[in-house]
Amino acid sequence: MFVLVEMTDTVRIPPWQFERKLNDSIAEELNKKLANKVVYNVGLCICLYDITKLEDSYIFPGDGGSHTKVHFRYVVFHPFLDEILVGQIKSCSQDGVHVSIGFFDDIVIPPESLQQPAKFDEAEQVWVWEYETEEGAHDLYMDIGEEIRFRVVDETFVDTSPTGPSSAEASTSNAAEEVQKKEAPYTLVVTTCINSYGLARVVVYTVSKIAPLSQKNDCFKLTMKQSHKIKGVEKGRN
Amino acid sequence: MVEMGKSHGDGWERHDADGFDGYMFGKDANAALLSNFEVYQLLTDLKQQRKESGKTKQSSGQQNLNTIMYETLKYISKTPCRYQSPETVREFLVAMKDHKLTKAEKLQLLNHRPVTAVEIQLMVEESEERLTEEEIESLLQTVTTILPGDPEEQHRDSAMATEDKCDQA
Repeated sequence: MFVLVEMTDTVRIPPWQFERKLNDSIAEELNKKLANKVVYNVGLCICLYDITKLEDSYIFPGDGGSHTKVHFRYVVFHPFLDEILVGQIKSCSQDGVHVSIGFFDDIVIPPESLQQPAKFDEAEQVWVWEYETEEGAHDLYMDIGEEIRFRVVDETFVDTSPTGPSSAEASTSNAAEEVQKKEAPYTLVVTTCINSYGLARVVVYTVSKIAPLSQKNDCFKLTMKQSHKIKGVEKGRN
Repeated sequence: MVEMGKSHGDGWERHDADGFDGYMFGKDANAALLSNFEVYQLLTDLKQQRKESGKTKQSSGQQNLNTIMYETLKYISKTPCRYQSPETVREFLVAMKDHKLTKAEKLQLLNHRPVTAVEIQLMVEESEERLTEEEIESLLQTVTTILPGDPEEQHRDSAMATEDKCDQA
């Protein structure tokens, strides 16, 4: 989930911080610049790991601050392809299920990746997975706040750096739409973890420990009573 | 190759970490994979440091760092890594050598601590072809014995096991 990335940057320390230890000032500046920000094609930066090399500091004419080239390593959130992660369902909409892991929210499960047949319940604004068994169809509701295990399928980086001033006509016509479309700089497209047992949720996985192959249907029945503590239900079945 | 305990020749301030540090990920030579445990350690140390140094920094600049640290710590604290220690991670990697898994798969096993065969099949690619049922079982055994899980759950498990035995008796 997390990756260490080696980066290089020039850090400016203002004169009134010269009394502090250089390493501390530089660490603070780097964190101020990068923490909780997405770097294009790298990922979401979390915090500084360490400083590997400090080059000489220079002072330029007209500016009292010192400029130091720093080689450092930063902890970055960048899940690799096919990585399994656990998150919480944040919301459902027509374009899929939105999942969040607390510090990162732009995770989406497109409708095609949901196990078919799945339909969007307009009344409750949730996606429902219709699970067919011999006894009939059961509905798995993807409720908000539910924990869900997913696999990373694709990632998209969008360069959100400000573009130059647009042409005069374009800006006047867009005067009404002052609020520009905010695009997420880093989005993850994921898919639910459906395997041959057809079980998607974290809750359901603990149930499958009983007898995954033969009692597929019984395993599913248990998922409907999600309010029961899983361990307790297992004991009853045994 | 796993590089345990990198040697740091020069005198620069360098963080001496153990565990997954130094694992080179194939594609990008710059990147090394970090386990959740290492990030958890780093963030808790950083939090401790900042608490000790007191509120001398301007809050405006540090707000982003505070936010991301808080959220990440909150998320990672709910994963099995909060019960891990550098020794358990080292032990785990040594035990994994025989199972012939890729770096990414070992990292996922370390981060998630699977307890069922279903989870193993998710994390290990083509597990039906590469691992037999006994191998999956032994893998599960290694994972659950070396990596500590939720102590409450384990207590409940053992309590129920004894209860079951009493029922059968």
